[in-house]
Amino acid sequence: MTVTTLTHLPGQSRRGERLLIGLAVSLSLLFIAAPLAFIFARAFSRGWEVYAANILHPMTLHAIWLTTITAIIVVPLNVAFGIAAAWAVAKHRFPGRGILVTMIEIPFSISPIIAGICYLLLYGRQGLLGPWLQANDLQVMFALPGIVLVTMFVTAPFVAREVLPLMQAQGTEQEEAAVTLGANGWQIFTRVTLPNIKWALLYGAVLCTARAVGEFGGVSVVSGNIRGQTNTLPLHVELLFNDLNAVGAFAAASTLTLIAIVALLVKAVLEGRKAG
Amino acid sequence: MSISISGLTKRFGQTDVLRGIDLGVEKGELVALLGPSGSGKTTLLKIIAGLEWPDAGQLLVDGADWLQLAAQDRRIGFVFQHYALFPHMSVRDNLAFGLAVRPRNERPGKAVITAKVDELLHFLQIAHLADRYPTQLSGGQRQRVALGRALAIEPNVLLLDEPFGALDAAIRRDLRRWLRGVHEATGSTTIFVTHDQEEAFELADRVVVMGEGKIEQIGHADAIHDHPATPFVARFMGATVELPVTLLAGRAEGAGLDLAALPRRALGDGPARLFTRPEDIVALPDPKAPWRIVTRTSNGANLRLVLRHPDLGEAEVDTPRRATAADALVVDAPVRLRIAFGTIFPDGRKAATATTAQPASISIQEARQ
Repeated sequence: MTVTTLTHLPGQSRRGERLLIGLAVSLSLLFIAAPLAFIFARAFSRGWEVYAANILHPMTLHAIWLTTITAIIVVPLNVAFGIAAAWAVAKHRFPGRGILVTMIEIPFSISPIIAGICYLLLYGRQGLLGPWLQANDLQVMFALPGIVLVTMFVTAPFVAREVLPLMQAQGTEQEEAAVTLGANGWQIFTRVTLPNIKWALLYGAVLCTARAVGEFGGVSVVSGNIRGQTNTLPLHVELLFNDLNAVGAFAAASTLTLIAIVALLVKAVLEGRKAG
Repeated sequence: MSISISGLTKRFGQTDVLRGIDLGVEKGELVALLGPSGSGKTTLLKIIAGLEWPDAGQLLVDGADWLQLAAQDRRIGFVFQHYALFPHMSVRDNLAFGLAVRPRNERPGKAVITAKVDELLHFLQIAHLADRYPTQLSGGQRQRVALGRALAIEPNVLLLDEPFGALDAAIRRDLRRWLRGVHEATGSTTIFVTHDQEEAFELADRVVVMGEGKIEQIGHADAIHDHPATPFVARFMGATVELPVTLLAGRAEGAGLDLAALPRRALGDGPARLFTRPEDIVALPDPKAPWRIVTRTSNGANLRLVLRHPDLGEAEVDTPRRATAADALVVDAPVRLRIAFGTIFPDGRKAATATTAQPASISIQEARQ
């Protein structure tokens, strides 16, 4: 009875309900499931051996390695940044707090390609800091540092965005209680604050990883697409595709897809923990 | 430990939260800070705890300047209204927290901590809850655990911020008695904040009434009830009926008021304000009187009358339903008011605001009729 009243509003027929569900399912299949299946179908279209050969191609392996190393550097840094920013905003009152909240959100609203161009104009050879960097023999653009910087910029909000609302909801009383009980700053952080946010933090880190691994636009501006040197996995997919090596492109894409699917599964599990 | 506070002030932005607090608390005393919300009582408590810092003033505990000490080093037990228990720790771990975070050279051994926690669990009658988590406890149980966590560090001073504010009435009374027992057993100097008069008077040795960042009066129940030091305290203590009167040669007079029961007092002639409680007013039928009964409701034992005066507005009266004249008290009947008990403050804006806490008032000490 209750279920009927909840799902079946007056004036809304059973048929309309079924139609909506059918529409949602077919659209999901058409726009999400089909392309995913297509990636794997194309990747394996010439059999296992060709797939394996494509994945194990030195250029592809290098791209996988570069993407991995970027994520390994970026994610911990952004976890640290996210915690610090959320902590500052949620637990303290200071002038400019509102501006900081807005700044954390900026990477969401700016196209990554613009971020890439900004970094190029700042750190590039003709850029603002270019002469100084060159004089000191520091290569930022078209090298790993540039890729890391742009990826960091693009993925900066993920952790803070997850942790901040939780910290704000929890307020500062537990920390105050810990202070009065004699705990020092580090003890308060590790024993009180961190356990309270750990699931949201992991969730943010997973989102951050997924985005870092998949970042294309910003990185394509600053990496220079040098094969075997500054080619990340998404860039490599594009290169292979432009080379008319469709199977290779899809094989590389399948690894990215797998990473994304794993991240989503972990995220789904964490979401349950976070809510519980 | 004894606490001595002098000249404490605190501003938040444009608001003066504390405006010069002077207060002494004796060792082993149980003191209540009583006041409406916004009176600054919680801020004062947090300053003593080291969770807030004053803009000026002094805070000495056993002669030591506590404003030079961080909260961590004051060793105070602080109990929050909403408990602030650590949700990911069992009751046992919550209680042990204050001991477990001590620097290594001061930290008791594991066995000592366990024994200490067991003792506390037993003392607070919560031994059966030891392995539960805060979400598995009722509000009253959580507050017992919160108090236990604070007591575990053997605090110099125990501070409680509206400790029973989030609990329902029956549990409040229960916990009040229990807290009194705990206080008597531990003998720790204790200050608690409340907006509930009953709670303050039942539990505390001394009650500090606060209003708008100042201490309005310090005393115990009878004195504060019968001799409010300021109009603020009078209103807060339930003297909700305010009547303008005129003082002439020490006697108060007012339109339609019978003030013969109030004694003569040494105040200058002129306008004044009388503060009284609805139950201290007797309405007497009088065809020439200016007050008229607007509504009459009965709760069985008492009649509540709302009276209206053409110039002075409305006043409430509580009178026993079986009293002799009660039958004549019908809607629209003209009545005069006999005031059995009340406090008079000289008129003028100065006296009416909370900023003047001078003992310029005279109270009426009269046997109730």
